[in-house]
Amino acid sequence: MDKSRLLYLPSHEWAAIEGNVATVGITAYAVDQLTDVTHLQLPAVGKAVTAGKPFGEIESVKAVFDLNAPVSGVVAEVNAAVQNDPSLINVDSYGAGWMIKIEMAADTPTGHLLDLAAYEKQLAEAH
Amino acid sequence: MTTRRTPLYDWHVSKKARLVPFGGWDMPVQYAGIIAEHQAVRTAAGLFDISHMGRLDLRGPDALALIQKLFTNDAAKMKVGQVKYGLVCKANGGILDDVLVYRFADTWQMVVNASNREKVVAWLADQQGPLTVTVTDHTLETAMVAVQGPTALAACAGLFPADPAGLKYYHALTTTYRGRPAVVSRTGYTGEDGLEITVDQDLAVALADDVGGRGIVPCVLGARDTLRLEAAMPLYGHELNETVTPIQAGLAWAVKFDKGDFVGRAALEDSAELVGKQMERVGLELDGKRAAREHSKILAGGMPMGVVTSGSYAPTLGKSIAMGYVAPRLAYPGAELAVDIRGEPTPAKVVELPFYKRSK
Repeated sequence: MDKSRLLYLPSHEWAAIEGNVATVGITAYAVDQLTDVTHLQLPAVGKAVTAGKPFGEIESVKAVFDLNAPVSGVVAEVNAAVQNDPSLINVDSYGAGWMIKIEMAADTPTGHLLDLAAYEKQLAEAH
Repeated sequence: MTTRRTPLYDWHVSKKARLVPFGGWDMPVQYAGIIAEHQAVRTAAGLFDISHMGRLDLRGPDALALIQKLFTNDAAKMKVGQVKYGLVCKANGGILDDVLVYRFADTWQMVVNASNREKVVAWLADQQGPLTVTVTDHTLETAMVAVQGPTALAACAGLFPADPAGLKYYHALTTTYRGRPAVVSRTGYTGEDGLEITVDQDLAVALADDVGGRGIVPCVLGARDTLRLEAAMPLYGHELNETVTPIQAGLAWAVKFDKGDFVGRAALEDSAELVGKQMERVGLELDGKRAAREHSKILAGGMPMGVVTSGSYAPTLGKSIAMGYVAPRLAYPGAELAVDIRGEPTPAKVVELPFYKRSK
């Protein structure tokens, strides 16, 4: 996944939007903060999700965090491989570690998402 | 609050560790990854910076008397070179700290929790009365590392003039490292064999490099926590605090009523009478891989009957485990309970402790 073509939530989820489908995962920064991922709770196909609201949770040895939906829509696909082996997120969070695909209605807003430059600026400011 | 840095702070930074405040100190929480570090300790050996632990020296004709007054275990029975675990309790039996007491030829050492160091030093001064004993806090001028794992002793061979391989478990020796005084004990907080080593603070980096050069991987507090949880060792601030007694915590073995009087004795005798009527520490094995976290409610028949004090995914066991306190009628292995994990009751079964025991 080309990071410069992704869009981001401040809470470290990325979205790759192609047509009316958004593929969702978490950023390398989030993975680094989480450490070893031990458990992933993802929604079922067909579940409605709302932009900025939790769609699942990710858990490491030390802590558990909400996963927030970058856009509103309906879950069209869930990555079964990453659900079975969450360590894929530690290995490749932008590729094999993707989590869900969200099917968006026409005119679904995406303007609230950050581009890579804005996301990286936020990371820099947090330090 | 400003945090202290151990003598190994720069060493940790140079090894790309992530550091966070813990017990008033900046301590590393991760190097390679908690699971990799955890497995290294279970299968080979790992190196931990535990310089944040408090190291107190007790010296003088009444050093033993002061320890006997404040320590629940029996120090009078200790031989030179022996180490004992026990509690320091308030008069009401609440636990002020859990500590290790070391007996040396002409002095005693107490190793206390970082977060309780100032409290214990103040307690010793408060309780000393007319006893002739000098308590010196050596924490800041020394450093302490733990080398833990099945290959730990072999890997440390030759580091000191005295060979620690000859040490029995829970024994210590005074030796030298690079010509300067060092204390080496066969103790640890991981459930594995290993050593804990104290040297002068300016030798800390040399020691860490020496040990690291022998193929022992640096590990952090995150791994120490999952290791001690599998070994069911209590952690102060989680399983232990001033509102629980050693009896409730399952540490009655470290309370010796036949040693004579000590602070908290009467209350602990009462607590021992109340077994079966007060909350008790138990181990839980949960369904699935979601971890129970501290403060999660333990449920029986949907009703809150206890609380989780530590919980994590257990890397060696590959499952979710927890410790907590439950009502006594539920505190038996096999009891079917549940833990409220963020609103979802997750089935959990009471199991025998420890969760993990090393093969001899």
